[in-house]
Amino acid sequence: MTDFQSAALPAIATRGLAKHYRKRTALTDCTITVPEGRISALIGPNGAGKTTLLRLLAGLATPTAGEVAVLGATPGRDLALLAEIGFVAQEIPLYRRMSAEDHIRMGARLNPRWDGASVRQRLESLSIPLDQAVGTLSGGQQAQVALMLSLGKRPRLLLLDEPVAALDPLARRQFLATLAEAVAAGGLTAVLSSHLIADLERTCDHLILLAASRVQLCGDIDTLLAEHQVLVGPRKDTTAIERDHTLVHAVRTARQVTLLIRRKGPVIDPAFEAADVSLEELVLGYMGQDAPPAFAHLTSVGEDQ
Amino acid sequence: MISFRLDGRSVVPPYLQIVQQVRQALRMGVLDVGDKLPTVREVVGATAVNPNTVLKAYRDLEREGLVEPRAGHGTFVVGRPPGPPPGTHALLARSLGQWVRGAREAGLDDESIESLLRITLRAAAEEETA
Repeated sequence: MTDFQSAALPAIATRGLAKHYRKRTALTDCTITVPEGRISALIGPNGAGKTTLLRLLAGLATPTAGEVAVLGATPGRDLALLAEIGFVAQEIPLYRRMSAEDHIRMGARLNPRWDGASVRQRLESLSIPLDQAVGTLSGGQQAQVALMLSLGKRPRLLLLDEPVAALDPLARRQFLATLAEAVAAGGLTAVLSSHLIADLERTCDHLILLAASRVQLCGDIDTLLAEHQVLVGPRKDTTAIERDHTLVHAVRTARQVTLLIRRKGPVIDPAFEAADVSLEELVLGYMGQDAPPAFAHLTSVGEDQ
Repeated sequence: MISFRLDGRSVVPPYLQIVQQVRQALRMGVLDVGDKLPTVREVVGATAVNPNTVLKAYRDLEREGLVEPRAGHGTFVVGRPPGPPPGTHALLARSLGQWVRGAREAGLDDESIESLLRITLRAAAEEETA
C-alpha cells in the first residue's frame, strides 16, 4: 500500500539510478530530487540520457541498478501510480484520424479520474476544433491536444519529452503557458526535457542537467545561479581559486582567463572580476563548451591590470 | 487590473520585473489602493512564467506593505511606495513629452536626447552636492 497523500515526500527521488543496454550506458549514477509543485527543466545534449530518465520515471523502462521513487511509489511496480503520472512522448502520441473529441471520450474509458469537461474548455479557449481529425491540425495544435489530454487525466506528475522542440515561438509560449497554468492550479509537478534552454528559462524553476549519461547539476535554479560565478582575470595561475572553490569550466587565452566556479565562500581575489551567471552560461559551462557569446561583455575586463 | 510584460533578455530576474512593474503602476496612478492584482494563474496563463516566480514577487510586495492577499479573493493593493502622490508622475510625463517633441523638431535623435538627459542629470547631482 502506498500513501499518495504524504505531503513531505518529494515528487521524484532517485539514488544511484542506472540503465545499461547491451553495449551502451544510457544513464549512470543518477541521484536527483524534484520537490512537489515544481516545473523542472531536464536539459542536456542529444543522447545524454534524457529520454531514458523520463522512461524510468514513468515505469516504461526498468532500471539496471539503483532506486527510484515517484510520488513515494515505485514506477512499473505500483500499478496505482499509473493513474498519477502523465507521460507525453516525443513523437506526439495521438491517433491521427481521430478527432480531439474522440480522444476525450476514449480518455474517459481509460482513466479513473477523467476530467473531459476541462479538456474541452481548454481546447475551445485556444480555438482548437474538437471535431476535426487531429492529423489535420497544426503541429502546435497537436501538441496542445496531447498536453491537454494528459492533463485531463489529472496527474500529479507530468513527464514531457521534448514537447516544444518542433513548435514555432507562439505555439511554444502557448504550450508552456498551458502547462504553467496547470501547475499553478496546484497538486501538479512537471518535468520537461529539452536541448534548448532559452525556451524553458521563464517557465521552469528547477533544473536537472544531464551530460554524457550523468547528472551534472540538480536543484532550484535560483539557488544554483547564486552558487556560481564567472571570474575574469589576467592571471594564468588559478591554483588559489581552484583550491578555494570548485572549478567547473575555464577558457584560457594568452592574456586572460575566464572561469566558471561553484563558490564555497566569497571570492576575494582582487585580480579577478566577478560576475553573476545566466542559466545559459551555467548550462554551457557544465557541458564543457567554450565561452558562449554572453561572456563577450566581459572580454576586456582585467586586461589593464 | 494591470498586465505584466516580462523581458526574457533582461538581466533583471522575472520576479523583480513584476515587483518593479507593480511599483511603477502605483507611482503612475495606474493602480491604486483597493485595486486587485491579477491572480497567479492569470499571470502564468498570459506570460508562461513559473507560478512560483509570481508568488515570490507578490510576497516581496507584501513585505513592502504594498499588497495584501485575501484568502479566496486574490491579492489587493493596500499601500503606495514612498514618493510623491500619483498624478505627479503623469503630470511630469506630459511636460516631458512636450519637451521631447520640441527636441525632435530641433533635429535631435533618441541617442542625443538620452545623452543630453544623462548629462543634465549628472550636472544636477553635482549642483546638489556642491
